[in-house]
Amino acid sequence: MEQQQDFVQIRNAQKAFGSLEVLKDISLTVARGQIVAIIGPSGSGKSTLLRAVNDLDPLTGGEVWLDGVQVNKSLHYRKYEKHINEMRQHIGMVFQHFNLFPHMTARENVTMAPKLLKGLSAEGADALAEEQLDKVGMLDRIDYYPSQLSGGQKQRVAIARALAMKPKLMLFDEATSALDPELVDEVNLVMKKLAEEHMTMIIVTHEMDFAAAVCDRVLFMDQGVVVEEGPPEVIFRNPEKERTRAFLRKHLENAR
Amino acid sequence: MGLDFTVIPGYLDIVLLGGLWTVGITVAAALLSFFGGIVFAVIALYAPWIIRQPFRLIEWVFMGTPLLLQLFLIYFGLVQIGIDLPAFVAGVIGLGLHFAVYNSELIQTAILSVDKGQMEAARTVGLSRVQALRKVVVPQAVRAVIPPIGNNMIALLKDSALVSVIGVSELTLSAQRAIGATYRPFEFYLLAAALYYVINLCMEAVQRRIERRIAISR
Amino acid sequence: MDVDLMLRVYPFFLEAAWVTIQLSVLTALLGLACGSLGAAARLSRFALARFLGAAYVSVFRGTPALIQLFILYFGGPQVGIQLDAFEAGVIGLGVNVGAYMTETIRGAIISIEKGQREAARTLGLSRWQAMRNVILPQAARMMVRPLGVNLNMLIKSTALVAAISVIELTYTAQRYIGSTYKPFEMFLLAGVLYMIIIYATGRGVAWLDRKVRIV
Repeated sequence: MEQQQDFVQIRNAQKAFGSLEVLKDISLTVARGQIVAIIGPSGSGKSTLLRAVNDLDPLTGGEVWLDGVQVNKSLHYRKYEKHINEMRQHIGMVFQHFNLFPHMTARENVTMAPKLLKGLSAEGADALAEEQLDKVGMLDRIDYYPSQLSGGQKQRVAIARALAMKPKLMLFDEATSALDPELVDEVNLVMKKLAEEHMTMIIVTHEMDFAAAVCDRVLFMDQGVVVEEGPPEVIFRNPEKERTRAFLRKHLENAR
Repeated sequence: MGLDFTVIPGYLDIVLLGGLWTVGITVAAALLSFFGGIVFAVIALYAPWIIRQPFRLIEWVFMGTPLLLQLFLIYFGLVQIGIDLPAFVAGVIGLGLHFAVYNSELIQTAILSVDKGQMEAARTVGLSRVQALRKVVVPQAVRAVIPPIGNNMIALLKDSALVSVIGVSELTLSAQRAIGATYRPFEFYLLAAALYYVINLCMEAVQRRIERRIAISR
Repeated sequence: MDVDLMLRVYPFFLEAAWVTIQLSVLTALLGLACGSLGAAARLSRFALARFLGAAYVSVFRGTPALIQLFILYFGGPQVGIQLDAFEAGVIGLGVNVGAYMTETIRGAIISIEKGQREAARTLGLSRWQAMRNVILPQAARMMVRPLGVNLNMLIKSTALVAAISVIELTYTAQRYIGSTYKPFEMFLLAGVLYMIIIYATGRGVAWLDRKVRIV
């Protein structure tokens, strides 16, 4: 049971930019198959924390562990590069602004990494692309370029691209924040499906309803610390801390 | 043959004097190119068609042919017409006109980018078209255009070396005089390069100062 | 205007134009090579490489190309470099324009937004794999037009080799001005040919730029 608990571990995470402390001693564990939401005002450090998980923004202090291996090992440059590139194949990331490769079709976006890093053959790659894009409902646009797709379609391709590497963990950095409201649902649907398949997910989001519906745990962050954490029913309906209440009140006001 | 930098001190004064001439030529040509650029820009944008078209043709030719070729045209061409100017003057005119054309392009873009509303506001207050241009549009455009024109001035400094080919006694030619006496081209051309580089650094520093001043008054 | 004279001498100008074209092509190729090396140096993770790259750009953009040519052609023998005028012209101008191209290429690479790099790295691609498969293909498309501007500048700067007696367009114009005392006509002949070369090159660059634009 202990092994299961500690699938993803963050121990004493600290991140400082010069004298500015963005993350102040945060610790967090995520069990396999768990879905964790991180909410909070802008500047709270939630994106920074997420991006520390795959060492995109390396921590200045503390450790990140995935499935028994330390992600942010302190190694000599060459060894570190090899290590982190290998680790990142197990962690999928979906960005707020999609970051699809504009010079590649949806198919090529999805198959590029598997072909390059796992030596997939052309036929194997095509089968993989079709499978993943079908899962997110984009099979009919498989040979379209990103510029020919809507925001929601782009994000779904981006999710397929991340899933094609068969990751153990998926990170979502405000995946729907840059989308027009009508396009948000199609992406949420895909994420819900993933949740039902027990993918381990850490989701930074502003969408409280979605978080409540899909997540097992919610963390509220503010000014670099985790103020409160617990199941969605508690956090959203009856939070303990006043800061949490204040944030949720403000958020509800803005949403109306 | 090898290198022998001890020859430099003996001719340093000649070369430095040439350097002063280079600075003088650069400043004179830069001023000509700045004001000429404004004139060309205004003509290109606002003059009646019959005047505008020949001007655009001249601009097109000046931008599509090498500066050195233009210098030959001006220096030898003026003689053909009967105007016998010293090489120095021909050089300044050649450099000035060449860069006036390039500056004019920059200024045209800057004038066009000044908000149309500025012109309208000036007219509604009662200014004539010419007055509005002079007092409102052109000053703003000039502010925006100082940085790229500054870069052109620096290019002008480097291109000023070309007037040595028509016999102007500036830095490059002075270096060549020293070489004529000592047969040491590497040392003296290197010295000349170093001096150009230093003048260049000074000009960049001045440009930064001016840009900062402009930024404050915005 | 002495049209007869022009009709008599224009073949020499055509020959000279061919030399100018050859100079331009060879210099452009060398310039691209130097520019790529320079950009790689300036973007390297090694501080020494970055410094050398920046120094290269600063020195070769900060001093006249003419002086660089003279140092190479006239001063070269003193340090064991013996080149004929054409070779010195190509190498001297090539290294010079390479400094400008370094900044063009580097600028294009930097302009590719951070998110592209991040997406590539999060998939597990190494720094080089990300560069080769994601950044460079996009940067290459972005740098066609600005490199075209460098090319334009390059073609005009080939006139400098007239000062080391390479028989190209400007040298030919100077020579015939000297013997015919008709500067306007000679300027016209040389000028028209330069403008044709530059115009054709410009169209070629525009075509290439359109062709590689991302769908």
